[in-house]
Amino acid sequence: MFSSGIDAVVPMLCVTLAALAVMGAEAFRARGEQLPLGGLGVVGLVGAAISAVLLWNRNAVSFGVVVADNFGLFVTLVLLLVALLTIMFSSTVVRRDGLPAGEYYALVLFATAGMIMMATANDLLVVFIALEILSIAVYVLTGIRRDDSRAIEAAFKYFLLGAFSSAFFLYGIAFTYGLAGSTRLDRVGTYMAAQSMSGNPLILVALGLLLVGFAFKISAVPFHMWTPDAYEGAPAVVTGFMSTGVKAAAFAAFARVFLSVFEPFSGEWAPLVWLLAAATMILGTVVGVAQSNLKRMLAYSSIAHGGYLLVGLVAANQVGKAAILFYLLAYAVTNLAAFGVIALLGTREAANDELRDYAGLWHTRPALAALMTVCLLSLGGLPPTAGFIGKWYIFSAAVSAGYYGLAVIGVLTSVVSVFFYLRVVVMMYMTDRPAAIAPPPVSAVAMAALVASIAAIIALGILPTPVLDFAAQSIATIF
Amino acid sequence: MIPLGHYLIVSAMLFAIGTAGVFLRRNLITILLSIEIMLNAVNLSFVAFGRQFGSVDGQIIVFFVMTVAAAEAAVGLAIVIALFRHRESLNPDAFTSLKW
Amino acid sequence: MLALIPLFPLLGFLVNAALGRRLRKTASGGLACAVMVASFVVAMLSVGELAGMAEGARVIEQTVYTWIASGDVVLDLTFRLDPLAAVMILVVTGIGALIHIYSTAYMHEETDGEYARYFSYLNLFAAFMLVLVLGGNFLVLFVGWEGVGLCSYLLIGFWFTKTSAADAGKKAFVVNRIGDYAFVLGMLFLLVRFGTLDFQRLASVVAALPPEAGAFGAISVATLLLFIGATGKSAQIPLYTWLPDAMEGPTPVSALIHAATMVTAGVYMIGRNAVLFSHAPGTLLIVAIVGAVTALMAGTIGLVQNDIKRVLAYSTVSQLGLMFLAMGMGAFGAGIFHLYTHAFFKALLFLGSGAVIHALHGEQDIRRMGGLKRLLPVTYWTFLIGSLAIAGVPFLSGFFSKDEILYETFAAGHWILWTVAAVTSLLTATYMFRLVCLTFHGERREASSPAPSHAAASHLHDAPPAMALALVVLAVGSALAGYAGVPHALGGTNPLGAWLAPSFRAPGANPVAELAEGSGAAGLELTLMAVSSAIAIGGIALAATVWLRRRQLADAVAARVPGLYRLLLNKYYVDELYDAAVVTPIRVGSAEGLWRGVDVAVIDGAVNGTASLVAAGSGALRRIQTGSVRAYAGSMFIGVVVILGYYLWR
Repeated sequence: MFSSGIDAVVPMLCVTLAALAVMGAEAFRARGEQLPLGGLGVVGLVGAAISAVLLWNRNAVSFGVVVADNFGLFVTLVLLLVALLTIMFSSTVVRRDGLPAGEYYALVLFATAGMIMMATANDLLVVFIALEILSIAVYVLTGIRRDDSRAIEAAFKYFLLGAFSSAFFLYGIAFTYGLAGSTRLDRVGTYMAAQSMSGNPLILVALGLLLVGFAFKISAVPFHMWTPDAYEGAPAVVTGFMSTGVKAAAFAAFARVFLSVFEPFSGEWAPLVWLLAAATMILGTVVGVAQSNLKRMLAYSSIAHGGYLLVGLVAANQVGKAAILFYLLAYAVTNLAAFGVIALLGTREAANDELRDYAGLWHTRPALAALMTVCLLSLGGLPPTAGFIGKWYIFSAAVSAGYYGLAVIGVLTSVVSVFFYLRVVVMMYMTDRPAAIAPPPVSAVAMAALVASIAAIIALGILPTPVLDFAAQSIATIF
Repeated sequence: MIPLGHYLIVSAMLFAIGTAGVFLRRNLITILLSIEIMLNAVNLSFVAFGRQFGSVDGQIIVFFVMTVAAAEAAVGLAIVIALFRHRESLNPDAFTSLKW
Repeated sequence: MLALIPLFPLLGFLVNAALGRRLRKTASGGLACAVMVASFVVAMLSVGELAGMAEGARVIEQTVYTWIASGDVVLDLTFRLDPLAAVMILVVTGIGALIHIYSTAYMHEETDGEYARYFSYLNLFAAFMLVLVLGGNFLVLFVGWEGVGLCSYLLIGFWFTKTSAADAGKKAFVVNRIGDYAFVLGMLFLLVRFGTLDFQRLASVVAALPPEAGAFGAISVATLLLFIGATGKSAQIPLYTWLPDAMEGPTPVSALIHAATMVTAGVYMIGRNAVLFSHAPGTLLIVAIVGAVTALMAGTIGLVQNDIKRVLAYSTVSQLGLMFLAMGMGAFGAGIFHLYTHAFFKALLFLGSGAVIHALHGEQDIRRMGGLKRLLPVTYWTFLIGSLAIAGVPFLSGFFSKDEILYETFAAGHWILWTVAAVTSLLTATYMFRLVCLTFHGERREASSPAPSHAAASHLHDAPPAMALALVVLAVGSALAGYAGVPHALGGTNPLGAWLAPSFRAPGANPVAELAEGSGAAGLELTLMAVSSAIAIGGIALAATVWLRRRQLADAVAARVPGLYRLLLNKYYVDELYDAAVVTPIRVGSAEGLWRGVDVAVIDGAVNGTASLVAAGSGALRRIQTGSVRAYAGSMFIGVVVILGYYLWR
């Protein structure tokens, strides 16, 4: 059980080393010299991905607290993909907005390392530390444009509420530790399994506090209030990164803790998560309808998508568990690409992220408009895209687990959500273009990232089976 | 010897004070300090539990938490300073350009 | 090989979407037509192969790959050609190809880029429609179902600079989403209940169960949900309001999507699941009643409309109602037969009206037409054939299919529904010939219009060759298509009915011996035929008398019953009712600030209840997000209290 090999932390180490290398390179950079820092980061990410693939099926455990099981590795790969695409989009944005490249890429990589740690953590304390590593990096990334007062305000709100919620999360860990005598997930799990009949109220307090911490990170209602503000204020590319990466990592840890350790108490938490899921889907969708800022609209949309993921968690049958992983991947690629388009349309002076800025985009930028359309259709869950398969999977899991109410709400909200996604499409194709907007040129790297994401969205929609099988296998290793 | 329950009650009270401070106080620095109080309340629980089990785990965890809290405070203060430069205010209610 | 049928139009879409703006019109239009013709040829070959098989075993199946496999539910991407699908693909590719050809002339005034955009949408539509009809399970059907909806939306709003077009597109979209919602629930319900969504397997499983007579069980609920989906797509009560508005789209689109193909998807879906629906008699009765009432209601509205396309739109709604009536009676063959003949004559009528509109440079009001018979001879004669066919004049296509529906309804003992259908037939004949008389006969009335002088009679030109070709072919089809289903009573063998019958049985089931009854009931059938022929001719005569010889009579009648006339003219005030019931209370009840921020260009002027309801809720709920970080912390704290409170004080 206790193996001191470092195998399981290798992916994380690769990313961390890349981050350190970026920082070092920046520190010794001559004034005015341009360094391929993003490329350095990509090397680290690719190394991490290779090691993750090599670790597949080996269930490596390091120090007893980090476990590279297939579930963790699947999420790790998703996170690496997220980071890779983010860096590719960033190449244009960093130069355009004059962001400090060294700090920017290092923070992205540190955050990625934290996310991977969170997805593979086998100890509540490690989950907490990972959460903080990624959160602190993301707080700074949110406010990386120090000249933009809205970005700073977003960073501040995100930071303050994030710190607030992590105190609750930590308190939950303290109670768990006090009960089980350890923060190690396997030991806590053994304890919980033995106590499943006892009805000790402290267990429920611990459970509730942990739930708060996770609910904040995945922005479930009513812990979602920071999301629209932080997503709107942050640079679009950072929003894309945190709306996908943070959510995926938090969900991985959430699923790991609640579906394995607290599995004996599922009767206690399932009704609450049911409620959270329903409220999250409804609020995210309904409020999204009234938004006229695209980033803010997608922020509400990503809240709603968190709700769909929660449905998978509640359903928690074999299909539901695999559905969570598939949905995470589909959502990550889609949302990241959508924010990528938004990021690429901005200029240093103007973000160009209002709905009206998209009027007639089809005339000036047909390729970007078409790519954005695919993203939006996928977010709306229209076939044949990844989003459709993901939703289909989640809802059929909910129905087969007997959660008809959630399925009905989920289908209804996704029907409504198509309405606001389609508004953007209408803007792009069916509105005359105002003369003023001349979108900036798009670098080849960013375009390649976009095209790859879109290809992935369509491929996942048309040929989902290999990924589904993959997801089902990887989830089978822990639950 | 002081029983475990007493520590936990003090810890819970501290935590409640911190929580109340976060959304009742109107000064950013005080709010940051309130969050620190919350974290330290949890630390107290960890130490108390650790002593109960007779293991050092609880105290080691506290070191981790303190490190994390320090990092968080550093970033938090930096953000607050940047915000103050833009808005010349420390009242959290003054920062509402992002809403709805 | 089946996959090629939708693949060709998809290819056309991809090329036109990617390169369209750099292609000349001949290239983009020619490509779009070529892929449709190619698809038609493949469809013909496939159907030929199908016909060569033994009766009862006529199925060609192609599983492209396993699409979704989760647990024990396996959903393949399967295309399945059976007799029912065969009829549908021939209609879609054949009539679709003709309409593409027609469009090359009709849309010729657009710029190159817009022209290519139009054809790319049209090709995409055809691809999705073919996926819909060839799909071997519900999920594949649903891909097509959603796809055609999207294309319909894009094409209705094609001329988006007209506000009414953009609004109509949005209305169609919103209404269809309501239907789709029920449809998805129905699918999920079936999946959970029967563990499969494959049509054949579903039919086999259900066939083993007793029909849910008397009780409203699982099958009834599922089929009812599916039917609600169908009312959205096929414009039945209560979700029909979008179709008349959809006439804002280009006329060939109306012909293809809103007459011949997409709107019949609901009827097709019921036919595809005939076994399922026949096990839910409760649902079937609802289907029949909704169909009959829709048919009557739309027919009466059609009688007083003055926009040439709107008359045809209401006529479409009415005819779809008749098809649903047939489906509800369990006469699936009759419903599909009418779908098939209707595709010919309604496409013809729409294309004919398009030729009129084209000739008159956009004029659509029949009160400003008249006397076009001499000026547009090709259009006139083809339009006349279409009108005779839809009216049910003996020995044209509509006669056979409509009589079969009437006969089946009567034979099932539902004489009230039969009366409704018969009255609808009378109305059909009347409003169609009102249209013919006002448009083509009598005096030219353009003088009263403010139309520009260059539209004078001497400049009117009849349909150009591409349009004329489509009109003539469809006219021939409208006249002769019915001979595929000449009933036994007239000495025919009803080959279409026999061809389709296996599709409505569970696979492997033996044909029911009800065909024998045909001879015994021949007398009744002949009597009913005589009655409905009389109705058709009576309706035409009535229209000719009123609107040709004694126009003042119509005005006099309208003046005598002004209430009724206004009621019909305003389409029973259904749009207003939806407005009043859903929209106005929200408007009144909501603060004025509520609407701020709701995007003016899109939301404004839209009067569709659902969207407004959600927008209002949205406007109110977003106010919670005050921007104050302390309030956010408060919200989180409430969450904590709720969660812990739930555990501690339960």
